[in-house]
Amino acid sequence: MAAFVLYLRLFQYGFRRHSTYLAAALAGAFTNTVFGVLRAYVLIALWEARPGLAGYTLAEAVTFCFLTQAFIGPMQVFGRGLSFGDRIRSGDIAFDLVRPAPLLAWSLAEDLGRAAYLTLARSLPPTIIGAALFTMVAPVSPWFPLSFALGVVVSFGWRYLVTLTSCWTTDDRGIHTLSALLTMFFSGMVLPLGLFPGWLRTVAEALPFAAMVQVPADVWLGAEPPLQALGFQLLWAVALMGLGALLTVAARRKVVVQGG
Amino acid sequence: MGSYLLLAWTWARASAQYRTSFAVSIVSSFAINALDAVAIGIVFLHVTTLGGFSLREVMFLYGTGGVAFAVADTLFGNIERLSQHIKAGTFDTMLIRPVSPFVQMAADGFGAHRIGRLAQAVIVLSLALPVVPWSRAWMVPLMILTGVVIFTAVFTLGAALQFLLVDAPEIANAFTYGGVTLTQYPLSVYGDQLVRAVTFIVPLAFVNWQPALYVLDRPDPLGLPAWFRFAAPLAALLLAGCAALAWRAGIRRYRSTGS
Repeated sequence: MAAFVLYLRLFQYGFRRHSTYLAAALAGAFTNTVFGVLRAYVLIALWEARPGLAGYTLAEAVTFCFLTQAFIGPMQVFGRGLSFGDRIRSGDIAFDLVRPAPLLAWSLAEDLGRAAYLTLARSLPPTIIGAALFTMVAPVSPWFPLSFALGVVVSFGWRYLVTLTSCWTTDDRGIHTLSALLTMFFSGMVLPLGLFPGWLRTVAEALPFAAMVQVPADVWLGAEPPLQALGFQLLWAVALMGLGALLTVAARRKVVVQGG
Repeated sequence: MGSYLLLAWTWARASAQYRTSFAVSIVSSFAINALDAVAIGIVFLHVTTLGGFSLREVMFLYGTGGVAFAVADTLFGNIERLSQHIKAGTFDTMLIRPVSPFVQMAADGFGAHRIGRLAQAVIVLSLALPVVPWSRAWMVPLMILTGVVIFTAVFTLGAALQFLLVDAPEIANAFTYGGVTLTQYPLSVYGDQLVRAVTFIVPLAFVNWQPALYVLDRPDPLGLPAWFRFAAPLAALLLAGCAALAWRAGIRRYRSTGS
């Protein structure tokens, strides 16, 4: 019970920390919407030339496009690490590792709070404006919210691993860029994975990045059986979090607390 | 000019001190921006023309817009960090130094790694050059030059906006990064209203679209007059004038945060 109250608090703090910057979030939503409009026109030109490409109708392709923009905030599609990355560099991570709550669960609660806020501030505007400007399809499946939440958890699991690598490398820029590249390209953010050629598509659809954008969008569109989709996301969520827990143990051994 | 070069050179040398880090930044900048080019390649796996333009022609648009943006971004793009400097109070120190705050902002933290972005745009452009007929090749350097001026003006307008919206600097991204994304594809794929807006309001259509219609000898889908194809320098100067006025107005009404 006490643990539940603690994590609820952390969730609230995550939410409130981000809600302080309403103007920044709305500016982000505006930019996401502009990009949504630009990409939608490209997809429209493509789907008008090749109707039914990747199994989507024109309206479904446009919906996909605005959903990817709506996912950027909550899923952190640009692959940015978690806020405790700075604490690794400054050494404050030592405090986090001796807290009575595990670092993984602690930062998950905080990150879910962040995602909840950004869902309101950065996901709703592009979706609503997109639907006002173009023909979009409404969510087919009642499973979408669950799939969306699992997408956030998978994204967290990945970013947790990326952030923890700072314990071993002195310069984390390379790994962050690699993370951004992989996430943007293989999540379906740049183009729907169904457009990728042969083997590249097979690989992309099996990676955890698909669970962040492509899969939740497909659940919205009803393009994938919901249980299969949720199972795939759950599998990656458990795998990444398990790996995260192992890596935390290793990091705890690695950290040397200086001074006295 | 002299002080800009000195500042930029100092920053470039500073960042090159950490060799691995510097190399990683260049490769990163190259790879991240190459994603858009890869996306174009994937789109053309499914079609032979998009909006009436072939792969090579789209690559020409992508390359010219990309090179212009990369040059503007490298030379002046740092100005988009104005709101950070306002919040930290470091903009105040720039105002009392004997060098123009515009030059200081543009050169501050000069990102030499951005040549990665430039390199990928240059590669795409050089692959596309066979579509350019010799007799019209003179337009290519001119359109890149005007494109640099237009993107620099857009960066400056975005920064001037940050004097008003200190808490929402991301709004400028819609015009700067949104602008370069727009120029990657032929404007014939976008809706008429949008094309009119980027012709007459924010003249991004003059970065590469209108001059490219001349180079590739294509009719304008909107039926705009033929002299528009040569009007890019005029549009660039008008926009640069607006940007300079906006920047000055921003400096004049600037109040320090006092921090």
